[in-house]
Amino acid sequence: MEATTRQFTGNARQALKNDNLRAALDKLSHGFPYKRLEAAARLPEFEALRDQSRDIKAHVLENLDFYLQQFESKVIEQGGQVHWAKDAAEARDIILAICQEAGAETVTKSKSMIGEEIAINGHLEANGVRPVETDLGEYIIQLRKEPPSHLIAPAIHLSMDQVADTFKDKHREFAADRPLDQPRELLEEARTMLRREFLAADVGLTGANLLIAETGSIALVTNEGNADLTLTLPNTHIAIASIEKAVPTLEDATTILRVLARSATGQELSVYTTFVSGPKRPDDMDGPENFHVVLLDNGRTQMLGSEFHDMLRCIRCGACLNSCPVYGAIGGHAYGWVYSGPMGSVLMPGILGLEQTGDLPNASTLCGTCESVCPMRIPLPAMLRRWREQQHARRLTSTKSRMMLKLWAMLARRPGLYRAVMGLGVGFMRALAGGRGSLKSLPFAGGWTAVRDLPAPEGKTFTALWKERRK
Amino acid sequence: MSAGPAKKTRSVSSRDQVLSAIRGALGREGADGQNRPDLMARLDNPVPNRVPDRGRLDGPARIDLFQAEAERVSADVARVAGLDAVPGAIAAYLGENGLPTALKVTPDAAIGDVPWAQQAALSVEFGATDGSDPVGVTGAYLGVAETGTVVLLSGETRPNSLNYLPDTHVVVIRADQIIGAYEEVWAQLRHDGGGLPRIVNWITGPSRSADIEQTLMLGAHGPRNLFIVIVGADDGKGIVMADDGTIVTADEGTRVGDAHG
Amino acid sequence: MIQQAPHVGLFATCLVDLMRPTVGFAAAKLLEDAGCRVDVPMDQTCCGQPAYNSGDTGEARAIAKHVIAAFEGFDYVVAPSGSCAGTLRVHYPQLLKDDAAWAARAEALAQKTHELFSFLTDVLNWMGGEARYDATATYHDSCSGLRELGIKQQPRTLLAGVEGLELKESREAEACCGFGGLFCVKYPDISERIVDVKTADLEATGADTLLGGDLGCLMNIAGRLKRQGSAVKVRHAAEVLAGMTGEVPPLGEGKNDGAED
Ligand code: SF4
Repeated sequence: MEATTRQFTGNARQALKNDNLRAALDKLSHGFPYKRLEAAARLPEFEALRDQSRDIKAHVLENLDFYLQQFESKVIEQGGQVHWAKDAAEARDIILAICQEAGAETVTKSKSMIGEEIAINGHLEANGVRPVETDLGEYIIQLRKEPPSHLIAPAIHLSMDQVADTFKDKHREFAADRPLDQPRELLEEARTMLRREFLAADVGLTGANLLIAETGSIALVTNEGNADLTLTLPNTHIAIASIEKAVPTLEDATTILRVLARSATGQELSVYTTFVSGPKRPDDMDGPENFHVVLLDNGRTQMLGSEFHDMLRCIRCGACLNSCPVYGAIGGHAYGWVYSGPMGSVLMPGILGLEQTGDLPNASTLCGTCESVCPMRIPLPAMLRRWREQQHARRLTSTKSRMMLKLWAMLARRPGLYRAVMGLGVGFMRALAGGRGSLKSLPFAGGWTAVRDLPAPEGKTFTALWKERRK
Repeated sequence: MSAGPAKKTRSVSSRDQVLSAIRGALGREGADGQNRPDLMARLDNPVPNRVPDRGRLDGPARIDLFQAEAERVSADVARVAGLDAVPGAIAAYLGENGLPTALKVTPDAAIGDVPWAQQAALSVEFGATDGSDPVGVTGAYLGVAETGTVVLLSGETRPNSLNYLPDTHVVVIRADQIIGAYEEVWAQLRHDGGGLPRIVNWITGPSRSADIEQTLMLGAHGPRNLFIVIVGADDGKGIVMADDGTIVTADEGTRVGDAHG
Repeated sequence: MIQQAPHVGLFATCLVDLMRPTVGFAAAKLLEDAGCRVDVPMDQTCCGQPAYNSGDTGEARAIAKHVIAAFEGFDYVVAPSGSCAGTLRVHYPQLLKDDAAWAARAEALAQKTHELFSFLTDVLNWMGGEARYDATATYHDSCSGLRELGIKQQPRTLLAGVEGLELKESREAEACCGFGGLFCVKYPDISERIVDVKTADLEATGADTLLGGDLGCLMNIAGRLKRQGSAVKVRHAAEVLAGMTGEVPPLGEGKNDGAED
């Protein structure tokens, strides 16, 4: 998908005007974060498990080559194939080639952020293969040709009415006047449509939440069961995963799974947690004959060992989005590409380049909520600051703001001058306010007074008054 | 993949490029990433990390927890004294919920001794499903008390599709298959030997989605109903099954165990 | 270790210095009431956050060194702000960790730097003096104080001793107010939406007053409340605890309010 990260400010402005989105985001911020807290409260070991999960992933990253090769050899041992892709284009080609070899007309897909990252759907379509998203939310946005707006709730920005309109528009075989004003009716219709696709698909394409080196298994979690149908019914199963998804053992996977759903939705565990190892065994009653894993780099090895190394611990739970005040204000689309929220603002400059994503590291209050909820204890605010440092160092910030900052910093290190200048400024503001307690507007403070009054200063600075009164 | 030798070569070299990029980033250029006895040992002797205390309970309490957790996620649970009471429990459940009574049952040894013929109300077929069966019945490998999760394996008598396609999924599990924590699943599978089957399912409640206006709805793509029949659990707690198939609560006094003396 | 009255360097913070000196005097009074000797080094300006959060680590380091030099002679450094105290305590050591000449000095300063309320309760074990303030108030937990320094209960403990004051908790007490330093002027419309969540939440408590411990957040919230025409009063909790609410009107209020611009 075309990135619109450069238009962040405009995107955000649009988003702020969208009432449907606002209602959805209000619901979100009153939902998942509280459920997460309840789930955490129910599990006394939750914090300890977060520590261990962080340590497991940190250990994997330090030995990523080893674990990926172990994983690979176990997959091959079980009759599966492993493909390595340096970038999105290569991953797309690999997947298309597998589909073509399978003679695929239809590919069912279970939600995969990597699939979004490499924009696989467009590529398949362009080459005559029809991809069908099967996660309900993904299905809806696929019909609408929209990108996901949340890691785990891709259609969260839509109202029921919007979904109903989409279904009426795209599902022409049903009576035009059928009732579609209940979520249940919409779900049933999607279920009917997708059931056919599941049964008819030639290839199933899934992501992978974890790659388990010990056994060459992938772990997948869903609530709908769509991944399981995707990986059971067609004759070929392709799993696509970025390289940092590796974990050593089944036990390590288990520990991470204990924090994943709790952090994401406040569930103890997702409904379906499935460990897949290789293709159908000779005696199995069902399952695909072919099993492929595509391992994607796409910038990960550049983050590895860099100051953004820790970001590779991310398990895409979405907790940082759910509790982020900025995400809660503007939703996912405003960020302009596949990812969003704090994790997206750290990740996307690494994938798309800082030139394309200048606003993302800055559009954060650095309130720290994301880090406090991140199951992998990723220091997201510190990494946003790292990007700001790079912007500053590479002179990607505006000349005006750099000059203002320089001037201010120069003053801040010269207390005498600072006090003289600030004293004047404060006196000026006080005079401007007159007897009123706040200012409605102020030259050079348009950013502040655009949306709020500026409480007027008392009149003299504390340091000046202290000198008068105490010395 | 037979996409031609050119493609294959490129793939191999991408592999090397990614691996060497990793080694470069980690400052281990030229190192043999695989000669790592310490890491091999970690994989060869997997050790559980922190296991929550929640599931560490004695028999009856563990089964109670399993049931309570399963019910918390909207699974329905019944307990019966023996395999012979399973058809009655299923018939009663389907009847009470107005569900079709045609079962597709895995030809699995685990539930092979269930006397299906006893229940005239049920029509029973064995095998895989093409998607047209309303009710699937499968035997569990284990149940995990900590979250009320049933563990199901694929195999020569256990079609994976039967766990997902029917609207109603019935899982039959013996009380002594209910363990405390997920880690015990791995321990048991390793003990059984032969590596993992293609599919290890952990199923925790019926299928659901909240993708439309964050409204939670059951039955997204997988089963709308998950009915777990615990066999041999009879400690007088929870919902139990009488011989005639009616479901009663323990404090009403009628329990399968009593009936069986 | 310290036999006589601890010698405290009061780091007023740039916002208190410029906008609300009463908070500085209130902090000094509280510290003195709690038995400290208080000085206000005239070399102080700002902790450097605007530079630090803008990615200008060079200037941030220079300012950090300036602050360290100005304050390292005291037994303690106390700031009526979790945000600025957090910069000294948490970020200076990180900024200067690779600077041989300064790392230890930054670490030493960090060790003795405290936010006002946590210093009074946690370090001095002082549980408040006599103060009266008739209001129903709710408390806003500022982000840095809460998440970097663990300040939550301390101000509430102190405020519990204020006569006439009733404290009501709001649901979103811990939510960011959308200030974020330069964020609020760079992205005013996003900031507006965030602060509106805050103002709606505090209005929902029915409280007539909002208290907090960070002037940046309080100015943002007060400014937004004023713009909305709300009657809720906003004050730094130090003013209330020091009994100095008579010396200055609530934030953003003045004797000629209501007059046209
Ligand atoms: S950064 Fe942390 S909280 Fe955010 S999605 Fe990744 S793991 Fe979850």
